[in-house]
Amino acid sequence: MTETALRSTSQPRRFSLDMRALSPFIALIVLMIAGALINPDFLTASNLLNVVTRSAFIAIIAVGATFVISGGGLDLSVGSMAALIAGAMILILNRAGGADASTLLLGMGAALVLGALCGLANGLIVTFGRIEPFIVTLGTMGIFRSLVIWLAAGGTITLRNADLRELYRPAYFGTVAGIPVPILVFLAAAAIGAILLYKTSFGRHVIAIGSNEDVARYSGVPIWRVRTLTYVIQGICVAIAVLVYVPRLGSATPTTGLLWELQAITAVVVGGTALRGGIGRIWGTVAGAVILELVANIMVLSNFVSEFLVGAVQGAIIIIAMLVQRSLQRGR
Amino acid sequence: MKRTTLRLAAAAGLLAGLATGAMAQDKKNVTIGVSIPAATHGWTGGVVYHAQEAAKQLEKTYPGLKVVVKTSPDGASQANALDDLTAQKIDALVVLPFNSDELTDPVRAVKKRGTFITVVDRGLKDASIQDIYVAGNNPEFGRVAGKYMADNLKSGNVVVFRGIPTVIDEERVVNFEKALEGSGVKVIDKQYANWNRDDAFRVMQDYLSKHPKIDAVWASDDDMALGVLEAIRQGKREDIKFVLGGAGMKDMVKRVMDGDKMIPADVSYPPAMIATAMNVTAAQFFTDAPMRGTYVLNAQLITKDNAKEHYFPNSPF
Repeated sequence: MTETALRSTSQPRRFSLDMRALSPFIALIVLMIAGALINPDFLTASNLLNVVTRSAFIAIIAVGATFVISGGGLDLSVGSMAALIAGAMILILNRAGGADASTLLLGMGAALVLGALCGLANGLIVTFGRIEPFIVTLGTMGIFRSLVIWLAAGGTITLRNADLRELYRPAYFGTVAGIPVPILVFLAAAAIGAILLYKTSFGRHVIAIGSNEDVARYSGVPIWRVRTLTYVIQGICVAIAVLVYVPRLGSATPTTGLLWELQAITAVVVGGTALRGGIGRIWGTVAGAVILELVANIMVLSNFVSEFLVGAVQGAIIIIAMLVQRSLQRGR
Repeated sequence: MKRTTLRLAAAAGLLAGLATGAMAQDKKNVTIGVSIPAATHGWTGGVVYHAQEAAKQLEKTYPGLKVVVKTSPDGASQANALDDLTAQKIDALVVLPFNSDELTDPVRAVKKRGTFITVVDRGLKDASIQDIYVAGNNPEFGRVAGKYMADNLKSGNVVVFRGIPTVIDEERVVNFEKALEGSGVKVIDKQYANWNRDDAFRVMQDYLSKHPKIDAVWASDDDMALGVLEAIRQGKREDIKFVLGGAGMKDMVKRVMDGDKMIPADVSYPPAMIATAMNVTAAQFFTDAPMRGTYVLNAQLITKDNAKEHYFPNSPF
């Protein structure tokens, strides 16, 4: 370590930054090794593809949450929003009737518009109402959830047309060149998110607002517009997640998306984004979402954890993973 | 279920006939109030449907009978609904309480006015309030499922899906395992999937990765069974002979009726138990047969032969 003194000052700093960005991936690799030791079936291609495919919903939602959180906001309504969009989309598909691609596109378009509108509502109430995002999105969380219960009359909203279901099914179960469609969708969402956050002035404005709102305001950043847009992006991400969620079981129930908001926030934070804002890491978020799903998978595959204690061990693994990350960062 | 109701009513009629020779058919005006939870999930949606159907049916059967059905979204509003019902001078109250703690005192207050009380499914904390108690049978629910596995599988590996950690779930699972004792059927894994389709799909995918040979699945609930089926279809596994759900959701009963190989049977936990309670309560006023007591409905095995009796295409559940 004495060498560092001889190096130019910028080099060690860049190295430590890389370490931070890498730590969620290191945690991911450690978990995979642990999984392989616990059960040899863990490393089969089908199991790993299942797990990554399942993490797609949370990963896509968490990409949106990375924008909201790194901009100093918070969105608790994403789980209920997902349920509402899924319910509304299925009702529209049932109403439209036909089992052709145009019906499907109509439903998907409607879902995206509804997602953007839900996000816009959150964003406008936070910015123009000047209310804490925690309270605003807690309110809309309740509103969206009741709306879906009302739409379902307490029961289940099911995609009735069997032909349409078969047509839509590949959006979750299909593969392109051996890679399941949901994985491609979340990689695309993350890539677009990364370009938006790292390469555009909008992305820099988001980070600026998150690290210090006053400084950003004096620098001429249009605070209201940028902040509202982060919630709209979140809404669109939720809608995209719904587009791959609906073909899986073809139904929405009042329990759809329950606690997804906590999983999304956990994925974002495990991925290295600061909960207080100012730092955003899209690829770390994706790794975080996969880590969460991996932990749950390893729990079921392990033979020595009683089903009563699964939650406790899951919680412990997440905390340990975070501690390892922290020590990696300090060690440099 | 329906059959149980009819049998009870028929038995009541017969007894009354024997006892008095000529049944009292004179004009009698009776009002029964029915207080149930609003449809907040599938099963309670079924309760609302069956309460409304039974109300129509009973008013036709017994001239002079009026049935008022009221739904409430939570425990506090159910207490208010009880006040509203008593204001309408009801002679009897049929109540499926939201929860035992909150509603024991409001129901006791109704009882003090001399109203006949029938409690359904979730018991009150003070059992002396009720004149009639109608409930499903959770231990039996597990036992019937376990017996079906033991009889049809003889030997093999079964994976189990648990619901939400509650007394209901524990009673079901313990008795399921008890019913398997001594048979060649072995439970190789148990996990919670919260009576939720998505969670059941996730857990089933993991079961399929973990266990190379699974002979049957006890999903213990029809919602979870739907998630399980989708995971099996995706995994293209041929070793699983069947999936056994529970509760009697119409989609699943339909599959049993149609002879679906993966869904050869189902176990009932009928929301129509509210109709049983209303029938027995009405019989208390219009027949001379003794009706007071506790009625525990059997968890019935639904197979292709009797699926028709359990199929209600218009019910939301």
